[in-house]
Amino acid sequence: MIGTGILKGMAVTARNFVGSYFDKERLITVQYPEERDPLPENYRNFPFLLYDGEDQHAGLRCVACKICEKECPPQCIYIVKSEDKKPDYMGKPQFYPKVFDIDISVCMSCQICVEVCPFEAIKMDKDFELSKRERFDALLLRKDELSKSNEYYHKIHPIEAAAVDKNLADAAAAAEAKKKAAAEAAAKAAAAKAASVGGAGSVPGNLTASPKAETPGSTSARAPTNSPASSGSSSTPASS
Amino acid sequence: MSPTVETLEAMERPPVTMGSRIEGELLEVSMGPQHPSTHGVFRMNVALEGEIVRKLKPVFGYLHRNHEKIGENTSYLGSMPYTDRLDYFCSMTNNWAYALSVEKLAGIEVPERAQYLRVILAELTRLQNHASLLGFLLNDMGAWGTPLMYAFREREKILDLFESLSGSRMMCDYMRFGGCRCDTPPGWMEQAKKIVDRFPRFIHELEQLVVGNEIVIGRTQNVGVLSPELAINAGITGPMLRACGVNYDIRKVDGYGFYPRFKFRIPLGEHGDTYDRLMLRVLEMRESLSILQQAFAQIQPGPIVNPKVKIRAFRPPAGEAYGRIEGPKGELGFYLISDGGPNPYRYRVRPPSFINLTVLEDLCLGHTVADVMVILGSVDIVMGEVDR
Repeated sequence: MIGTGILKGMAVTARNFVGSYFDKERLITVQYPEERDPLPENYRNFPFLLYDGEDQHAGLRCVACKICEKECPPQCIYIVKSEDKKPDYMGKPQFYPKVFDIDISVCMSCQICVEVCPFEAIKMDKDFELSKRERFDALLLRKDELSKSNEYYHKIHPIEAAAVDKNLADAAAAAEAKKKAAAEAAAKAAAAKAASVGGAGSVPGNLTASPKAETPGSTSARAPTNSPASSGSSSTPASS
Repeated sequence: MSPTVETLEAMERPPVTMGSRIEGELLEVSMGPQHPSTHGVFRMNVALEGEIVRKLKPVFGYLHRNHEKIGENTSYLGSMPYTDRLDYFCSMTNNWAYALSVEKLAGIEVPERAQYLRVILAELTRLQNHASLLGFLLNDMGAWGTPLMYAFREREKILDLFESLSGSRMMCDYMRFGGCRCDTPPGWMEQAKKIVDRFPRFIHELEQLVVGNEIVIGRTQNVGVLSPELAINAGITGPMLRACGVNYDIRKVDGYGFYPRFKFRIPLGEHGDTYDRLMLRVLEMRESLSILQQAFAQIQPGPIVNPKVKIRAFRPPAGEAYGRIEGPKGELGFYLISDGGPNPYRYRVRPPSFINLTVLEDLCLGHTVADVMVILGSVDIVMGEVDR
């Protein structure tokens, strides 16, 4: 009979209409400015620069290696390297970006800068309400606007930030252990040399044993869980 | 310069008459580019006799943004986010097609879990693409809003999955050469299972809305009939080809990814008209659901990306490769030539929407203006992919 198909369809719409009062799944509208859906942990929107500690200049992790500038597909990053060096978060003297601009009106939030950064210095933000009243360069973010603290990073990406901090701490510990091992090997070699010259057999064993006993305690005390700023040596690949 | 002039000449511009028209005289109408039914910025120059279409010429390129040339000037990885912007409804399958061709080029193995995840994401993409397409198609027929809103409600759930996995709802940029970018967050798989389990209810509702509806039948049956011969000659792929009864699905033909491990059927149409194209997509959604259920049962924890692939300074060996997948709209392929450098020497996309659009005139001739919109909707185009 003509019309039954339409009536069936009307039954579906009626069920949806009535159901929207009772069934949570049928009414999924969120009244946006007043209500907000929680953002998922992985949500990403425009990069920012990370700094450790309080001072955003001293703690900035970026060493101006320009890898992100080179890899950025829409070429929205602009970096000028400093002439002088400042101690980085590991205490090793490094260059720092004198200028670091990201034009977020060009940026497409692809996360490639985050993936290529060897220093965990640039991460994705979650802020998406960025409309500006100005006409010109309000969306061209400078270094000061881009720098955000590690605490902020922990707030927006808790799981990821914990993993990053753990990696940095592990790397710092590994570097420390490597340094110790190298010192040990040097000491051993020197001792062996001395032994081969002097002919004393039992001395090298004592010499090597004492730093070994110190190592685990000192590294675990130095490996931080929240901020990797206190470690003594560089762990990350050197800039090219 | 302007394509209009050329088109008008090609269409034997009718003599300008004031007021009434002589019987048999053609009237030219420019439909689009800013028309809600053209699915983007797309224009059709139509020559009408009364209300009947006698000639039709598609005009496009309004959204051209040099995708292929940009691909030749950025690194291999740098093209990945741009592929999201081709067909912005199905960024996951675009990523997969591009990753597949680069993996072919460089001979990269993909770990098992990543392969399963790719299948899951591709089928979720197919679900949301077909759902929203059906909504749009009904919208074009005059069912304002309601079916589209139902479809978008379901699509929204899948986009939420994409967002919690990749960080972005539409521009996922999730796949990488040799795997995927990150593993699933905790609870993701359970949520995905729940959504897939609830999805048949939507398909059932949609079928009730559509299948027996007299208006839909009247508007779509015997409208825009595509013959299998023409479809094969024109290189049509995807649901449009299968709606004319040609059994060709790259998931079966190539068996890329892990598709040979799944049991699924290829629905085929019979008449090749708009109704078949519409219903074929409903059937495909059901098959996608069965693939998804199998994939959820089979997926195991494991590494997500091949650790041998470098992120920085990725240089595949010199050579060429063509990787193709069965996207929701048809065969999506990427053809790459490498000269051993950091960026491809040649980067070419084979976009399904663009090639499926080439038969538009053949489909529309002899039908009314109102049917043109329905036919165009059933072709399933996205202008981001047509113009590139």
